[in-house]
Amino acid sequence: MSLFYFVAFLSVFFSLLVIFSKNPVHSVLYLILTFFTFTIHYFLLNAQFLGIVNFIVYMGAILVLFLYTLMLMNLNTETEPVKSNLLKIIGVIGGGCLLVTLIASLKISGNTEPVILRDPNLGLVKNLGKVLFHQFLLPFEVSSILLLSAMVGAVLLAKKES
Amino acid sequence: MELALVLEKFILVAIIFGISLVTAMYSTYAERKVAAFLQDRVGPNRAGPFGIFQPMADGAKMFMKEEIIPTQSSGLLFIVGPSLAILTACIGSAVIPWGQKLTIGSRVIDLQVTDINVGILYIFGVVSLGVYGIMIGGWASNNKYSLLGAIRAASQNISYEIAMGLSIIALLMLTGTLSLRQIAEQQHGFWSNGWFTWNVFRQPLGFIIFIICAFAETNRSPFDLPECETELVGGYHTEYSSMKLGFYLFAEYINMFISSAVMATLYFGGFNFPFMHHLGLSENLVTILGVVALFIKIIFFIFFFMWVRWTIPRFRYDQLMDLGWKVLIPLAIANIVLTGVFATIFK
Repeated sequence: MSLFYFVAFLSVFFSLLVIFSKNPVHSVLYLILTFFTFTIHYFLLNAQFLGIVNFIVYMGAILVLFLYTLMLMNLNTETEPVKSNLLKIIGVIGGGCLLVTLIASLKISGNTEPVILRDPNLGLVKNLGKVLFHQFLLPFEVSSILLLSAMVGAVLLAKKES
Repeated sequence: MELALVLEKFILVAIIFGISLVTAMYSTYAERKVAAFLQDRVGPNRAGPFGIFQPMADGAKMFMKEEIIPTQSSGLLFIVGPSLAILTACIGSAVIPWGQKLTIGSRVIDLQVTDINVGILYIFGVVSLGVYGIMIGGWASNNKYSLLGAIRAASQNISYEIAMGLSIIALLMLTGTLSLRQIAEQQHGFWSNGWFTWNVFRQPLGFIIFIICAFAETNRSPFDLPECETELVGGYHTEYSSMKLGFYLFAEYINMFISSAVMATLYFGGFNFPFMHHLGLSENLVTILGVVALFIKIIFFIFFFMWVRWTIPRFRYDQLMDLGWKVLIPLAIANIVLTGVFATIFK
């Protein structure tokens, strides 16, 4: 349990650094560390597959693209436009609403019994695959079609530009 | 007993780490000798007989050189870059099965640091992490050429990771496991049930895709665009000097060693060799011969890496992207479909 609290502290700490660091590239690097702590959380919950996929997909691919884009844009504090106070206030209110909604939904669900204790081997690749392809086959396939359509849409947009 | 296990693993890790470093060191020597052989030259022959102390001389030179950190660079990240590169290169070896079990007295020693059940995915994760070392280093140098090298490395790695993953999926459809030890054990011996047991004979197309992607992931020629001297001065490590440059170069050779080991394990039977249980040898001797067989395969692949480097010229950048996205990915998907069809017919 103390390990969990330590990792959770690191997650919160690094995500705060993401927001507060001035340099956008440093922000992304802290975001990478944040995702790494998430991977550790998954492993602590015995979800090996989810953890390693989080590691590969988020840390290894998506954030590389983030970093790639930011490095190309070469942002720095001098050239960045200053946001007006109104925008800042709107941002704070929007973020606060999201926080309240999340906390409320967690509170309503009220499920304090950890899922992992009922079936500690659920996170292993074999069991996860069986569950995904039997019990949740339809949602799984529908979400894959959603991803495919997003991909086709992106290609279409890129073609239109040129 | 628990302490003994920790001690055993610690010794194993130390040995593997040492072997990785020594292999990487001698790969630099081998590379120059192979280059010399292919170009009809002599190669390094001054330090010791046949120049075998050349890597030590090179290493000493690297350590003695002046350390330059550019004043306009972002200080800490400039050091983090090469450290991350060498770190990610070294941790990949943890899941590779180096041999079968060794019995000393009453103790059975597993010649693998850890057999996690997502072994292949772990290797994948480490490979995808490897690009950060180059990206961070290239960006922190605050040099346009370094940045271009870093960006090339990033886009190249991401593009070829997809084809690599798809080629692995076809292999996993046949093996039905993600654990590297089980995959190695399934390829036991050389011949059974009327067909070769090694996966390269069951997944020839998948292997070709995998090895091309391995070249791209390790930034080896013909895909060494991140360090293309003719266009980028020196590539992502233009600003680096001394041992920090050494770490980048060293990481490349360790990556080559690890990817050779992975290829040997996944496709060429790992520690298996023909007639391994028909020779009437004791278990321990078979295990040791298996380790030797694995290393022969690894050395062959390292030689293959060098052979290609001194044979094929570098790709142009658009050709690299075309090959990755328009050739390898469709081929890998076709391979998955074919594997599925064959696996259903010959069940």
